[in-house]
Amino acid sequence: MTVLATSPRADRRQRRSAWRRRDAATGLLFVSPAVLGSLAFVIAPLVAVVWFSLHEWNVLAATFTFEGAGNYERMLADTSLHAALVASGWFSLGLVVLNISLALVLAVLLNQRLPGTTFFRVAFFSPVVVSIVAWTIVWGFLLQVDGGINSALAAVGIEGPNWLRGNVTAMVAVVVVQLFKNVGLNMILFLSALQSVPEEIQEAATLDGAGPWRRFWSITIPMISPTLLLVSILTVVGSLETFALIDVLTQGGPSNSTTVLVYYLYRQAFEFNEFGYASAIAVLLFTIVLALTLLQWQTRKRWVFHEV
Amino acid sequence: MVQRRTLPALVLLVLGAGALAACSGATDDEGATPTAAAAAPVDLRMTVWTANEDHLALFDEIAAEYVAENPDTVSSVTFEAVPFEDYTTTLTTQLAGGNTPDLAWIFESNAPEFVQSGALADLKPTLVNAEGYEFDDILPTALDLWSADDGLYAYPFSNSPFVMFVNTDRIAASGQPSPAELVGSDGWTFDAARDIAKASTDQLGGAGLIVRDFNYSLWENLATVWGGWGASPWSEDGTQCNFTEPEMVEAMTWIHEATFTDGAIPGPGTNADFFAGDVTMTITQISRASSLDGTFNWDVVPLPAGPAGQQNVIGQAGIGVFQNGANPEIAADFLAYFTSPENAEKLATYFPPPRQSLLNTETLVSANPLLSEAQLESVVIGGITDATTKPSHANFAQLQTTVRGELDALWNEGADIEAVLAEVCAAAEPLLQD
Repeated sequence: MTVLATSPRADRRQRRSAWRRRDAATGLLFVSPAVLGSLAFVIAPLVAVVWFSLHEWNVLAATFTFEGAGNYERMLADTSLHAALVASGWFSLGLVVLNISLALVLAVLLNQRLPGTTFFRVAFFSPVVVSIVAWTIVWGFLLQVDGGINSALAAVGIEGPNWLRGNVTAMVAVVVVQLFKNVGLNMILFLSALQSVPEEIQEAATLDGAGPWRRFWSITIPMISPTLLLVSILTVVGSLETFALIDVLTQGGPSNSTTVLVYYLYRQAFEFNEFGYASAIAVLLFTIVLALTLLQWQTRKRWVFHEV
Repeated sequence: MVQRRTLPALVLLVLGAGALAACSGATDDEGATPTAAAAAPVDLRMTVWTANEDHLALFDEIAAEYVAENPDTVSSVTFEAVPFEDYTTTLTTQLAGGNTPDLAWIFESNAPEFVQSGALADLKPTLVNAEGYEFDDILPTALDLWSADDGLYAYPFSNSPFVMFVNTDRIAASGQPSPAELVGSDGWTFDAARDIAKASTDQLGGAGLIVRDFNYSLWENLATVWGGWGASPWSEDGTQCNFTEPEMVEAMTWIHEATFTDGAIPGPGTNADFFAGDVTMTITQISRASSLDGTFNWDVVPLPAGPAGQQNVIGQAGIGVFQNGANPEIAADFLAYFTSPENAEKLATYFPPPRQSLLNTETLVSANPLLSEAQLESVVIGGITDATTKPSHANFAQLQTTVRGELDALWNEGADIEAVLAEVCAAAEPLLQD
């Protein structure tokens, strides 16, 4: 007679495997809402947009014809799209440089132990929580030819331009309005990074004879470089997705000078009913955002302190 | 292992995307075929751009009568108010998403695009054969925009003429001649209007003459001025650009000088509203009379004459039935009821009708208590007769944006008008020939 008995080791292994399975099931259950949400609202639309971009979709005539690379070939010849890419480039460049510089300067200034800093922190952050449409409408009034800004300039003897009617001044205006809307968020991120720089390192550098500039460039900047990476990625991506501001303030004008890529995409889809072509532009926008983000991510080892 | 797990995920992804595409309402090349009348009573939906409670109450009243008379075919009619500014965008997004309404209001500027796309059902057989409909009572000129190949693809329920509203307090305060008197003496011209506008602005401040809703963006509203010069943006068949034609150059030169030389028209970037009382005159639709609150004295006169004479312009709106809607036959039957002679008279309270039998002062006087019989005769009835509509084209959305972008260069003091208009045509020609 043979006695079937499991060894204690096999028994333990079996029990551990059951726990692991239960753990895995519990884990999957917890992440499933987020995974399903991402699948339904991010991944599936993304795949659908690529699929749509291969078709000519006439909403009114209800036709959906396979075009292959037709929409992508059209992009190569579309001079308005090229102009929109240039406008997007100027807008993003202006916004990213000004936003990060100003946010850093404000964060350094408001990191001092001086009376009134809390008030200024709130003042610069508050536009972040204001509705973009309300913010833009108010700026629209200020930027009119006889609006608040030109009245203020006139008070000091300067004749201001018609801000939203000149190609260059309109671009400057949209950059500045977007800059002040979001600079507070980057400022807060920098502020929190600045406050986490250890005092003792600064003190040690001071004892070694380093001045304020030397400490800033050699200690503060490297120590906050991870935040700098985060802020630069967020700002670049945000700048390429700016839509409401353009729609409310300039509608892409004058002479299409502020028609950035995302606004051009909207126009193709929802004004011209060219959903297939708009989908191809969306794929282009996605590729640009992805490429810029990857570029920043890949170069991080060269300048981000913790990645060295 | 990773591959074994990744594969089903990818399959799921593609299936999800496919489902999304299917749900999006895109159909194959042949398009969907209209469904036959359903056996059970159906719910009809009409998109409209008015949110006015009185308008909607009247629509609901007519719809309730129709439902009561046809309980076997229709259980309800819903009027879905969509904001005016985004109306067409919202409508086409609904079509793209497969959420096609049964009926919809359509702007005249989009009329050719909708009519030629095949999206709308031919209403003529239903309307002509509807009992007591009196199809021949409808002004043929009102149907032009909505007709193609002997078919009728929308009913022009609203025909609101563009007129000149005048702030008579500002006219009197600046000692200027009354536009109403100038109309009587055949002196009511665009030049006279410009001179009055300039003089009143010089003396009283504020603004002189405003083409409402133009705002250096919606240039199609300038058609109310161009008409006096016999100018139009493109040829009747929509294939040739007319911006470089002499009459258009003259009309644009007049507008430019009135703006940047005389200051009779406020320049770009300024905010002025006739109905707030600080503007002498405004060209807008008669239906805007409801915005007058009695804070100043006013009058309403026809559009002035230009070198080519006086041209009336109307803004039209049509109601169409979507071929791909769930119930096109029932929707067309409801439309015949909604716009029957009896109901058209009720609708005339708010929307000047296209029916000749209703274009009389008796019908319109109750609808427009702010206007006198003489004003109604002169500006509403006279304004609809022989009127042209605002510019429209099968490719209007792209033309509107393209021309707007090029015209931006015109709205500067030192603009070279002919050069800018040549650029407008260079940009518009490819779209006209599409």
